[in-house]
Parts: sequence; structure tokens; C-alpha cells
Amino acid sequence: MVLSGTWQARTGNIPVFPKDGLKKAPGAHLSFQTSDVQAWDTGLVAFLWDLKRVAHDAGISLDMQTLPGPMRQLLELLPEAPDDPVHHKKPRAPFLETVGGHAIASMSEVGVVSELGALTAKGAVQTVLGRSRMRMVDLLANTSDAGPYALLIVGIVNFLIGAILAFVGAVELQKFAAGIYVASLVGIAMVREMAAVMTAIIMAGRTGGAYAARISTMQGNEEIDALNVFGIPTSTYLILPAVLSLIITMPFLYLYGCLIGMLGGFVVAISMLDITAAGYFHQTITAFGIGQFIFGFTKSLVFGAFIGLTSCRIGLKAGRSAADVGIAATRAVVVGIVGVIAIDAIFAVIADVLGI
Amino acid sequence: MPDQSQTVLSLRDVTLSFGPKVIQKNISLDVRKGSIFAVMGGSGCGKSTLLKSMIGLLRPSAGEYHVGDENYWAGDEAHRTDLNHRFGVLFQSGALWSSMTIGENIALPLQMFTDLKPAVIRRLVELKLGFVGMLQAIDLYPSEISGGMRKRAGLARALALDPDILFFDEPSAGLDPITSVRLDDLILNLRDGLGATIIIVSHELPSLFHIADDGIFLDPRTKTPIAHGSPRDLRDNCTDPQVHAFMHRERDEEGNT
Repeated sequence: MVLSGTWQARTGNIPVFPKDGLKKAPGAHLSFQTSDVQAWDTGLVAFLWDLKRVAHDAGISLDMQTLPGPMRQLLELLPEAPDDPVHHKKPRAPFLETVGGHAIASMSEVGVVSELGALTAKGAVQTVLGRSRMRMVDLLANTSDAGPYALLIVGIVNFLIGAILAFVGAVELQKFAAGIYVASLVGIAMVREMAAVMTAIIMAGRTGGAYAARISTMQGNEEIDALNVFGIPTSTYLILPAVLSLIITMPFLYLYGCLIGMLGGFVVAISMLDITAAGYFHQTITAFGIGQFIFGFTKSLVFGAFIGLTSCRIGLKAGRSAADVGIAATRAVVVGIVGVIAIDAIFAVIADVLGI
Repeated sequence: MPDQSQTVLSLRDVTLSFGPKVIQKNISLDVRKGSIFAVMGGSGCGKSTLLKSMIGLLRPSAGEYHVGDENYWAGDEAHRTDLNHRFGVLFQSGALWSSMTIGENIALPLQMFTDLKPAVIRRLVELKLGFVGMLQAIDLYPSEISGGMRKRAGLARALALDPDILFFDEPSAGLDPITSVRLDDLILNLRDGLGATIIIVSHELPSLFHIADDGIFLDPRTKTPIAHGSPRDLRDNCTDPQVHAFMHRERDEEGNT
């Protein structure tokens, strides 16, 4: 075989040696004449590798000594009969099987999250009894991140929600000369629903996503494995401070959201309608009873626990690659938001039955 | 054969620092074309920092760095990117992109920087994986293979663009002796076959004695290089007590290993 000219991979015109390029001739030798080869790189080696495999199949042995040293050394590294690559074929399951699989998986997921919740609660009890390992430092760090640092965004969103409610209400209620009831509308909506739900959605996006990303990164760095080996339970060390900090901060953020939302409604009502500040204030405090307040308060606690638990669980379940961290964070936010709204719906049904 | 005395990389009085903290100062070295140059020294002496600076991740606070005839840090970023295409880097733990298969990892630089067709790229990817004996892992994800395989796959990725200067950060750390010897032989084969120049950061003595033919020894205490020469030469001839202790695996005068 006589080779000549330039053989560079970057040019993209390295020929493929045809699979039937050599007739079967067991015992034959193939020698090379490469003195006219000018510039070459791995492109030439790719061609020689093709040849080596075809020659192997045809039972022809290559006379390696006729190749220059560097070519020979590279070619010798390459196998003449490569193993087939390992594949991970995912067989396509039938539709019903897929649906069933997802259903079973989501059921068992509920079980896992509940178990995690129980372990976390157990850790909390042990902490109270002084027998646990939750570090106050972690709780403080989590709490300050979920609390004071969230005040600005929670404030802005709830202020705007209150203002929007007042706008919508004012347009309709004015037609009936019932503008003062804007105060009731904003008050009840904020206390019963909006403050708790909006705050929870913000926290799901902000804190839930962060928990999931942090824990899945720890998973990727084998930090979770290290905790397990030391026998430090992830439920008390990681999840308890995360969940607890949300349970502590959510009610405060809820109260704050209610106040700011009413302030938003107040600003709009005063500027749009013929209402006095004192009138608005009076109407607001007579609008809702303590029961509705407790209702919203309870919801915010449940939302906090839900977001904390699910986002930690999603982080723990995540794979170990960089893409998996992104998937975990996204999933935590989506599950958090959808879950909060679904739980809110359940609360609405319960409230209807109980007549709150 | 290329002229053996040609210098491909040179550092002149380079100082490396993170903010006010000086890592190493007065580093001067020349890497000859086709040589395997070892950066040696105890843990924490700044070996990896020096490597980082040589591949353009850390700008030296003083001194000059030349790649061939070009002053590396004098030009703009585009200039440095062009020079970086002459480099292939094997990171300490492989640093494979975890969301891609091994094959995709090696294909990415080819897709980004050449106009080759997918079939040609696939062929080159197979070739590079064939060099390191990892052809069967082409469709696996980095998380599915062992640490040693990840290193070899990282080596195949470093070879993707046919670089003429290769940087290896602790290539044999964490590998068993047999795999480590195989990797050494592979490095020698690739050097001879590709005619590449190799800069290797390591403190695996057997591997250094086996493959390196030039080197520099960094001292963590004085924060400056204290010896130049090939590891074998330093082992046999260097009188500096620290280098001697390092090369012979002895405790030095202060009892540190």
C-alpha cells in the first residue's frame, strides 16, 4: 500500500477504507510505503485503523515494521476487533404500563415523603428532648435566608395583589355605590387566601428551589454518602432545619403579607374611591373574624412544611450530574407551586364542610 | 523528527498569587518540544495553580508567559482562545461534562471548532477512544464508569482537537499501580506518536521516573522553585535536602513527609 499527500483530520476528507476492500487471503502480508506522506495527524491513523480492521477480518497481517515509528505506535494502541459499545436501551413500554408505572411511582412517592416527614418530626422531638444532632447554626442560617431576606419580594408581591384586588373590586362595586366594601373584599381575600398562597408560591420558587439544588449538589459530591457513613441522619441534619425554618418563617411572612396586601388595597381605594382612611380601616377590621384568620394561618404552616419536605426529598432523589441539579431545582419549584394550589383547594373544601 | 531543542512554552519570573496571597514567585522554566515536563512538589506547593496559569485560567501577577513565539497574556481573550486550541488538558478527576455521554464529551470541541460532518466526527471520536482503550464506553454517561475510566475518557477528550501541547493534572492519582503503569505507557505512546509536548503535574514518583525527562520542583516554604531537571536526575544528583527527601520518600529534617 502506497500512501502519499497530506492526511489531516481537520480537512474532513479522510477516506473510509471500504469494508470489502481486501479479498480474503489468510496468511498474506500487507506492507506500507509512506515516504511520500507529507503532513499527517490522527486522520491518517483513522484510515489505517479502518484498514487494520478490514485486514483482520480478511485474515491479512499488516507489516507494521514498514510504518514509521509514530504511526506504528498509535496504530498499535487501537484494537483490530473492537468490542461492541455498551448501550442502555430503554425498551418502550406499552401505554397502559407507562401510566400504571407512573401511578404506582407517585403513590410510593407519597409514602416516601410521609416517611421522611415522620423521620423529620421524630428528629424534632429528639431535638426538644436534647438527644438529637440538629445544629442551631443550620437552623439560624436557613431561617434568616427564608425569613428576613424574603421580606422584600413577599412585600412587593402582596402589595400588588392587594392593589389589584382593590382595582377589580372598585370597578364593579362602584356601580352599586358599595365602594366601601372594597375594604372587606381586600381584607377577606388577603387573610383567607391570597397572602398565604402567594407567599407560599414565592417561597416554593425561592427557598424550595434552593434547597433542592443544594441537596442534589451534595448528592453529586458524595456529601450525602459521607453523612450516611458517619451515621448522621439526613432527616435531622439537613431536612429538619430546612423544614423548621419554613414552618417558623411562613406564618410571619403570612401576617406581613396580609398587612402589606391590605395596605396596597388601601392605597388604591383611597386614591380611586370616595372613602376616608378611617372608614376603610373600620370596614377592614369588621370584615373578617378570627376564624378566617386562623384558617389562613394554618394554611401557611402547612404550606411551609409541604415546600420544605418536598424540595428536600426531590434534592435527595436527584441524580449525580450537573443536569440533574437543574432538573431537581425545576421539579422542586413546579411541585411546590402545584402542590400549594392543590392543598389550598383541599382546604377550601374542608372550610366549606366546616362552614368557616 | 522535530528539533528537540525547540522551546514551546516558557515562563520568565512569573509570580502567581490569589489577591495578596502569593502562591509561588520567580518561576522561570522552558519546556522543550516533544519533552515530558514534570511539575513536582509536595501537597499545597502550588503545582496545580501553576498548571492553571499555564492553561489560561489564572493570570500571573507578574512575569511573562510565552507559548511558542507568542506572549500569552499580552493579547485579548480571542488571542488566548486561539492559543488554547493548541492545548489539551486532562483535569484531575476527568472533569467530563456529566450531562453528556463519553462520545458526546469528545465530540463537543469538534462540533464547536471544526466544520466536520457528524459521521467524520463520530469516526474521530471512536479513534480517540480507541487510543485510550475505551471504545466500548462511547455511549455511557460519566456517572456510569469508574474513576480510572473517567480519567482515560478525559484524556481522549484532551486529544479531541489534536493539540500539540498536553497538560495532565495528577494523571495517575487514585489509580491502581497496574492501571497507572498502563496510563504512563499510553502517555509515552501518545507523545511519540503525536509528537506532542506534555506538561504533567504529579507526585507519583514511579510514574515520574518512568516518563518525565525534564521538570521543576516547587518549594511550599520559600514559595519558589528550588530545582530544575528531570526527576531521575534530581533523584540521583540533587543535593537539596528537601528535593532529596521528596525523591527518596524520606522524612525531611522537620519530620514532615
